[in-house]
Amino acid sequence: MDVDRDLFRLWVYLGSTPLFGLTATLLAYAAGLRLQRAAGGTPLANPVLVAIVLLGLLLQATGIAYPRYFDGAQFVHFLLGPATVAFAVPLVTQLPTLVRLRWPLLIALAAGGVASGATAVVTAWALGASETTILSLVPKSITAPIAMGISEQIGGVPTLTAVFCIGTGILGAAIAGVVFDRLGVHDAVVRGFALGNAAHGIGAARAFQDDAESGAFAGLALALHGLVAAIAIPATVLLLRR
Amino acid sequence: MPEALAILLLFQLAGDALARVTGLPVPGPVLGFGLLFLTLLARRDRLGRLPDMATALHSHLSLLFIPAGTGVVLYLPALAREWLPIVVALLTSTVVGLAVTALVARALMGRVVPARVTMHATGPDATASVADGPRRARSDAEAR
Repeated sequence: MDVDRDLFRLWVYLGSTPLFGLTATLLAYAAGLRLQRAAGGTPLANPVLVAIVLLGLLLQATGIAYPRYFDGAQFVHFLLGPATVAFAVPLVTQLPTLVRLRWPLLIALAAGGVASGATAVVTAWALGASETTILSLVPKSITAPIAMGISEQIGGVPTLTAVFCIGTGILGAAIAGVVFDRLGVHDAVVRGFALGNAAHGIGAARAFQDDAESGAFAGLALALHGLVAAIAIPATVLLLRR
Repeated sequence: MPEALAILLLFQLAGDALARVTGLPVPGPVLGFGLLFLTLLARRDRLGRLPDMATALHSHLSLLFIPAGTGVVLYLPALAREWLPIVVALLTSTVVGLAVTALVARALMGRVVPARVTMHATGPDATASVADGPRRARSDAEAR
């Protein structure tokens, strides 16, 4: 039938234009935000998770390959660069607090980073994960672009690491409120810093939802953690392998 | 706004160039972040439209992770094989990372903060943070 063929042509056209990936990404995110609002704003209904599930189902259903989807979605992805650079702005406005708290924050950064990396490795090893998976897990608390570089250096799979990073970010954003409340941690600086240190950019996005001060310190934590880990993790793995 | 965006891109470009020249295993945007931070230190009272641009980018930061995150579809078979160790490792290490960072930071800052300065506060929190200033300075001095 002609209508069928026209529809098919339209579908082929949509699948090959960047407009599809871009529009689908924005719609999926909007749906995720709506769902979160409908669920009373709970962080457990993470909009990133909802959007990824929706898009994954859409790609499966339509048979559109991920690279073709990314042709359109890259315009959103591209903004990660300027957004990372822009972390400098809230940080400068929080400078007095940053200077005053530099030692507590630096020590907490190192302690949290080592503790979470070690926990990931030991847990995965104890449950019988393969060596490649374990190595890919090591940098999972770090912002994805840096983590992928580290993963490659230590013998992991960079793209698998990116998936672990995003999983960590979503989990961290979803459970941070519960963890902090259980521990009685109420300070905006501490909560933001821990979110950025343990759950990088997605944790920072969660912190920004609450207030600018929290977000600024999440941005600081993820940038510092990335810088330090880019040197410390490959060096540690090298030493342990000797 | 266009100028603010251009500044961010310019620093990203500078970061990329620096990473390439030095061979540092750190991505350009992160180095660009460091360069912009150092630059802004000198002109903290003249940020122009940069704060507006930063707020615009950061208010929907999680949107920017969706394209990369959707890449999980490529790894479903590999993930299915080892899903249990992966899920448990991600969950435990994320809880440990959040808890250790928060507890160490709080212990070293040496103070217990009243519940009114919480992440859940929105608008009025700015005033709470300002009021919080002198106490923070004091407890930090005690910590040393």
